[in-house]
Amino acid sequence: MTDTRVEAGTRPPRLGESAPRPDGTPKVAGSFAFSSDLWHDRMLWGGTLRSPHPSARIRSIDIGPAVALAGVHAVLTAADVPGSPTYGLEHSDQPVLASDVVRYEGEPVAVVAADHPATVRRALEAIVVDYEPTDPLVDPLQAEAADPIHPDGNLIRRIHLRHGDQGAVGEVQVEGTYEVGMQDQAFLGPESGLAVPAEDGGVDLFVATQWLHVDRDQVAACLGLEPERVRLTLAGVGGAFGAREDLSLHVHLCLLALHTGRPVKMVYSREESFHGHVHRHPARMWYRHHADRDGRLVRVEARLVLDGGAYASSSSAVIANATCFAAGPYRVPSADIDGAVVRTNNPPCGAMRGFGAVQTCFAHEAQMDRLADALGMDPVELRRRNVLATGDRLVTGQVIVGTAPVAEVLDACAEHPSAAALAADPMSLPGGAGRTADAGHVRRGEAVALGFKNLLFSEGFDDSSAAVCRIEDGVATVTCACAEVGQGFVTLAQQIAREVLGVSEVLLAPAETATVGSAGSTSASRQTWMSGGAVQAACEEVRHRLLRRVAESYGVDVDELVLADDRVVSLGGDFEADLTAVTTVPVEAEVEFHHAPTQPLDEDGQGDAHVSFAFAAHRAIVDVDPDLGLVKVVELTTSQDVGRVLNPLQAVGQLEGGAAQGVGLAVMEEVQVQDGRIRNASFTDYLIPTALDMPPVEVAALIEQPEPGAPFGAKGIGEPPSISSTAAVVAAIRHATGLDLERAPVRPADIALAEARP
Amino acid sequence: MSADPYVLRVNGRDHEVPDAHLGESLLWVLRERLGLPGSKNACEEGECGSCSVQVDGELVCSCLVLAASAVGREVITIEGLAPDGELADVQRAFVEAGAVQCGFCTPGLLMAVDTLLDADPSPDELTVREAISGNLCRCTGYGRILAAVEIAADLRREAS
Repeated sequence: MTDTRVEAGTRPPRLGESAPRPDGTPKVAGSFAFSSDLWHDRMLWGGTLRSPHPSARIRSIDIGPAVALAGVHAVLTAADVPGSPTYGLEHSDQPVLASDVVRYEGEPVAVVAADHPATVRRALEAIVVDYEPTDPLVDPLQAEAADPIHPDGNLIRRIHLRHGDQGAVGEVQVEGTYEVGMQDQAFLGPESGLAVPAEDGGVDLFVATQWLHVDRDQVAACLGLEPERVRLTLAGVGGAFGAREDLSLHVHLCLLALHTGRPVKMVYSREESFHGHVHRHPARMWYRHHADRDGRLVRVEARLVLDGGAYASSSSAVIANATCFAAGPYRVPSADIDGAVVRTNNPPCGAMRGFGAVQTCFAHEAQMDRLADALGMDPVELRRRNVLATGDRLVTGQVIVGTAPVAEVLDACAEHPSAAALAADPMSLPGGAGRTADAGHVRRGEAVALGFKNLLFSEGFDDSSAAVCRIEDGVATVTCACAEVGQGFVTLAQQIAREVLGVSEVLLAPAETATVGSAGSTSASRQTWMSGGAVQAACEEVRHRLLRRVAESYGVDVDELVLADDRVVSLGGDFEADLTAVTTVPVEAEVEFHHAPTQPLDEDGQGDAHVSFAFAAHRAIVDVDPDLGLVKVVELTTSQDVGRVLNPLQAVGQLEGGAAQGVGLAVMEEVQVQDGRIRNASFTDYLIPTALDMPPVEVAALIEQPEPGAPFGAKGIGEPPSISSTAAVVAAIRHATGLDLERAPVRPADIALAEARP
Repeated sequence: MSADPYVLRVNGRDHEVPDAHLGESLLWVLRERLGLPGSKNACEEGECGSCSVQVDGELVCSCLVLAASAVGREVITIEGLAPDGELADVQRAFVEAGAVQCGFCTPGLLMAVDTLLDADPSPDELTVREAISGNLCRCTGYGRILAAVEIAADLRREAS
């Protein structure tokens, strides 16, 4: 993090204003140190040998030829892991290094430290592993019946949610089977870090991550060290989107550093990054919706199967979200939803922005459109008749007690005027610079989708964040282990401290495990609420202590004192002191902030499992070239339930950026896995939207209804933009083509071949 | 494998590069030998643009250019975009417009936008989109980046 002082004479921006990022200047100057920029004079380079097979037994590993190479300092295998041989976010089921079997292509088998990356590559090639390939389990629908590929079995978790009258039947029924492909987070900054052995026998790890303390605990367990001897510091993070919630190179780096007694740096290549982190779960989803003739939902039935890949990661929480939110942000009196996440020999899947709600949103929104069609009703009107509101019950039985402006979100988006013109330049038609589209064939489509998910962690998880605030010589310093991954928490932390303390200068201490308690994960749209809440509470405690001390020292009534504009003043005007003068002796407070407790789901998937919910709508306008099956997304319009906007510029950045990932999943992004092998592990072959692919994103409305219990009334805003955007774009393509298109991403062949059929 | 020392002119300064293997990319030499890590490495195959620098005023992916081929040319990296130590117009515009989130793509984008505005002081939106379409950004969806280019174009026209 960056220490930034506000220039004297300018009023520092407070909450609700577009304060600039404190790390903006170093980031544009090229001086911000990302994890891949770390350097130590004595450092070695590390590398990882990965399995070429999705499933195999390891007969033997011969490291001898690699050890013999000049410049090689260490070659380590599973036998060199001193502590727990496995790790995992929720289940410790993933080997640090594979010993007897490998369960996915790219699974780490050995690690090397050497004097140069070229030596590392040669050493990795010199290691001889004798594999006995076995038939991989690659079909998630076969996983439960197949022989277990892991001692923990092939079913990671099943939730069979049953709600309301199980005999309910609607007059109108629609059915569909939907599929979502595997999406990659595709952050720009590859996995990287630097481990430095310490004199106390421990290790200091500088790494890009989303959750320092849970990394620390997993690393320490694998190293067989007390957690205090493993110290993590956040290195500059080049994007995350869920892919940094699990360990990647953390334990490997520490093992190599401790073994060699030298600092060791490791940077994944892009290809290795595709193999080195979890992806968004591919999903197969069958649905049947029941409604009455007026379009009121009667019952939703669904069967969900998510492919968890070889290891559990956060799969059990992802399937909980997929199941809980499977019916969408609608009143559904009766539901039977069976959600299962299974183990296969495909690449492991885990957290990605939207976390289970993206997949089911794609399906439930397609169903709503299908139902509107069956009823002969406008699809927006059908949604309007069913949207949730405060006081309504979810299919989990939980009553929404917070804000739920779903109707407002829907109407603001659907009624917003469109600025989309017909393409004047062939560059703007589907196919772009290829100039392949016949303008007369191009068809335009338009559709709206709604989505929602939970904020913060659920199902009784003891969720908290810690922050320290210290004020000295008129300057506030905030210490919090919240991982800044690009979302702008550093900006908010300064804004909050200024708001509470009336102080201009706010410094941010580095995010690290040694100086402060856990901030929890930068995920689940939770840090504005959780770490924002911790910073607020710590600053409030400092304000309270400071004012009490001033009151006692000067004989003033404490209730009369306020902090504003770097001064302590009494409301009556008879006392005034400079903040610097009254803080020569510092005041400090550490606070651990908790959200309201939640409950586990019962055996019917019922319970008050979630803290809060956020809703968003997207309207997509697309042009489709039916001849080649190419799509140009022309315009996206969005509205979102945000509670309260704390930084308008950063809020818009989240809405635009999240929508771009949704556009990618709709029309181009898929990790293509064939027989358990990734076929497109590069940015040449895995496409993410460029500036020519992304349409303008019109923000129709940020709906501000302060959320009770949330610091400043603000809801997290990071994930909803990625939920309904994919569904809206694909629905617009259906509208343009009349095709069913039950799979995302929509591939050119899905359109062109269907169009070519007689 | 190491070649004779050669000299690279980077950001207006000559840097001797001793003991380098001739196959090293300009990106590697900038980052690992010259201590200029501002140019980023995100794909190593010229797809993401994070490593973009100017060689004799031309925008290139430094991961695809051999360092030794830049001998006798003027290389400008993100560290040299504002020679006087202040922020350049494009840099100020990116901060002001909220075009920076994680910031990993930012140095490459700034080099691309600087090159564009040198060639075309008043680009229309499609021209801008095409000019930066070789620079992948995963955080912003490009909206605030396009806004930043407008601000930067205004700043540069005012200054000229």
